[in-house]
Amino acid sequence: MLGLDFPQINEVIRWQNIFGSFNKVALIAVAAAIIGSAVFLLAGNKDPLKAPKGIRNLAETIVEFVESTIMQTIGKEGLVWTPWILSLFVFVYLCNVPGIIPVIYMPATARMAIPLFLALFVWVVYIAVGLRHQKANYFKHMLWPPGVPVAMKPLVGLIEFTSNIVLRPFSLAIRLFANMLAGHMLLVTFSLLSEALFQARTSKFALIPMGILPLFMLIFLTAFEVLVGFLQAYIFMVLTCVFIGQSRHSEHAEAH
Amino acid sequence: MEAMSRVAVALNADETKKANAAIGAGFAYGLAAIGPGIGIGYVVGKAIEAMARQPEAAGMVRTTMFLGIAFTEALALIGFVVFILLGL
Repeated sequence: MLGLDFPQINEVIRWQNIFGSFNKVALIAVAAAIIGSAVFLLAGNKDPLKAPKGIRNLAETIVEFVESTIMQTIGKEGLVWTPWILSLFVFVYLCNVPGIIPVIYMPATARMAIPLFLALFVWVVYIAVGLRHQKANYFKHMLWPPGVPVAMKPLVGLIEFTSNIVLRPFSLAIRLFANMLAGHMLLVTFSLLSEALFQARTSKFALIPMGILPLFMLIFLTAFEVLVGFLQAYIFMVLTCVFIGQSRHSEHAEAH
Repeated sequence: MEAMSRVAVALNADETKKANAAIGAGFAYGLAAIGPGIGIGYVVGKAIEAMARQPEAAGMVRTTMFLGIAFTEALALIGFVVFILLGL
């Protein structure tokens, strides 16, 4: 039978250092930051009075998309957050996309460092927003929604604290990281399978053309990853908006 | 069953540990995928129902659907991370 040696996880996601401890994943992240900024700086320098075309058209479409998402989740007063959320979205998307670009084939978000840092950043921001808009009431409303019986307060407080403060940034980071890593592993698996079948040294020659099947699956999954890369960036953005929106005005406060 | 125990005898302690970790990893991901699979199906099904009933609310429903999917999916993804940690 054919045996397929799956490489160690470190071989799949760990790239050699270019200089010092600066590896290719860090290079992708830096490139994502530079490309994202460059697109919007170039678009910003175009004459705003003329009808938009080319790069400005692209930038305006993205900004309008982010604005409509903010309008749906935070509301009109959330529009001051557009630049920050836009840069989060563009950065995450440009980090996801190299996962399907030939030759590079590595989403920078498939390493834990970037999603974890972004999630902690979001965590700090939404707590700061909550403290700024609701002062000390923020923690009170978060831990004990009004209407909770006194006897239940310790239990409810513990659960709300765990879910709002501990698990939120963790699940935000894990969601992005695990989705991109899973997609990357799927691509690796099917390309290895295809290669192994094409190069199989076997007396059953009928097996060799079978390599076309994993290849079709690989093409399909690549198309799927185009969708996933965008969707994960979108979900990251929507969740950030929702967290900020909840911190700005908790629905519990209105129930008073 | 007998064949499996014979294989287990042939392995030394380190290899047995590795084999058990691989089996455990498979179970971890397989079991973690059941609940979220049903959950995501339910969320998307209900969202489609809502969109078909009220096409004008489709945009809002879609955003909320993605939120629901994201929260449901997190459990499966934690299972996947455990799979990676145990098995590879």
